[in-house]
Amino acid sequence: MKKTTIFGIIILLFILIVSLVVKSNYLFSILIIIGLYAIIVQGLGILMGYAGQVSFGHAAFYGLGAYTAAILTTRYHWPTIAALLAAIILPGTIAALIGRQTLKLRELYLALATLGFGILVFIAFNEGREFTGGPSGISSIPFLNIGSFAFDSDRKFFVLVWAVLALLLLGINNLVHSRTGRALRAIRESEYAAENAGIDSASLKLQAFIFSALLAGLAGGLYAFYITFISPAAFSYHASIEFVLMAVVGGLGTFWGPLLGAAVIVALSEILREVVPLLIPGAGGEYQIIIYGIILILLMVYKPEGLSSLGAVFDRSPKRAEQNTNKQ
Amino acid sequence: MILKLNEITKYFGGIAAVEDVEFEVKEGNIVALIGPNGAGKTTLFNIITGALSPNQGSIIYKGKDMIGNKPFQMASAGITRTFQNLQLFGGMTVLENIMAGAYLRGKKGFLQSFYTLPRKCSEEKRIRTEALFLLEEIGLAEMAELPAAALPFGKQRLLEIVRALASEPSLILFDEPAAGLNIVETETLTNYLKHLKKRTSMILIEHDMETIMEAADRIVVLDFGRVIAQGTPAEIQVNPEVIKAYLGEDEQIA
Repeated sequence: MKKTTIFGIIILLFILIVSLVVKSNYLFSILIIIGLYAIIVQGLGILMGYAGQVSFGHAAFYGLGAYTAAILTTRYHWPTIAALLAAIILPGTIAALIGRQTLKLRELYLALATLGFGILVFIAFNEGREFTGGPSGISSIPFLNIGSFAFDSDRKFFVLVWAVLALLLLGINNLVHSRTGRALRAIRESEYAAENAGIDSASLKLQAFIFSALLAGLAGGLYAFYITFISPAAFSYHASIEFVLMAVVGGLGTFWGPLLGAAVIVALSEILREVVPLLIPGAGGEYQIIIYGIILILLMVYKPEGLSSLGAVFDRSPKRAEQNTNKQ
Repeated sequence: MILKLNEITKYFGGIAAVEDVEFEVKEGNIVALIGPNGAGKTTLFNIITGALSPNQGSIIYKGKDMIGNKPFQMASAGITRTFQNLQLFGGMTVLENIMAGAYLRGKKGFLQSFYTLPRKCSEEKRIRTEALFLLEEIGLAEMAELPAAALPFGKQRLLEIVRALASEPSLILFDEPAAGLNIVETETLTNYLKHLKKRTSMILIEHDMETIMEAADRIVVLDFGRVIAQGTPAEIQVNPEVIKAYLGEDEQIA
């Protein structure tokens, strides 16, 4: 195993153990959000980093997952686990339907088409009246339960989300090092050569798109069962852009990138929310966004390959590695 | 007969890039495609591999008309190619390049790839062993774990050839495989191509006459999109049409 992987796993276990020992609900809630976003960004990472396709519409799949889970449990009284399954399948199906046409587009056009899709879904959530609850959303969503066991505390939910994430990391590691993973990377490197090796790039890109929508749906369903109240605001195109940023900041086409990106962006916005009002009294949200933007620009200028590229350093020199892992 | 082109014609705007091109490739043969720059050689490669569709004509491969197939379908039928401007998967390792080239040698799909450990998968092991064998054969085995982009140019050319072989095609189209190679490398390449005749048929675009005369069974000469001559290397060397196209009208060549 590479040193990077071992360090990554150690850091991960460290965070998990500390958070379980500390038992702070605030810490749990942050880690749950990081976990959920990391699930989405894992899928987006496969789509962007491996298949080379960008999507600015993933908050829509995330929202579709959340709304599916919420509507099926509150209105139709489905068992929560069945609703969660539907929350995964429905976004995947929609991705399959829109993907065939959209993925023919390239670069900017694809970005615009997915952005448009995201806005469309966001409007549907807002204007869905009784069905989606309109701008005020849906409340009193039950907790997720399996038989008589309910995930009704932050701690239980934290364990669930991170267990799902760990399985996903394992699966994605398999995928990337398999025939399909190589084919996806081949498409990114040279689509022309990939086709001449017999790789059906259109079909594989579509599969990657569906896969990423399934994961966003899963995260959305879990989110609904965690928060137990959803409204459209969480699924606007701002969220889509944040997911893309997480993927890029963490490092595209890297194993730890998605998790790192989600952690850094969530932590950053939490820190800014605390720090900015201390430095600039009376400052509102807009100052946070400005600082957030500046940090991202600096990162893109000086570390465009993403933060997880810092990890490459540890494979060469174990001493510096420790410093870098601490930073992460 | 593995491949037969009939009346292949392709227009770009009003200009015919290739016109009424007809030739055949026999099983296990190397057919060299020569002609001045702009004669339509690469356009013809793009047509045979399905990247361009011709305005007219048919491509009969193993008895079937292949017109309308996309490159990945041509590849799964057994036709693949290399590129004049290398198209390696530069960020992937040498071994991964070959294994990606062997895509058609496996079956595992997206979901299956997701839930099986690559180390536990027999298909994965087989593809890896086959890929290492191919690398061994051409002397790239020690570089298996290097990124492809880090190889020297000559090795990159070889790697692309081996990648094309990895899918076990019946017909490979080589677009100037010797371009940019030094004398020693060109000689190695020529011998390797001759050695490959046992496994596959080949069409070769090449400017290096020594390679062509040495390796080709037949030569097809294109000029302004038309076939002006075809035959064995010995016949082509003395063909007046060919000499005219290459050297101009009034030259006397012995």
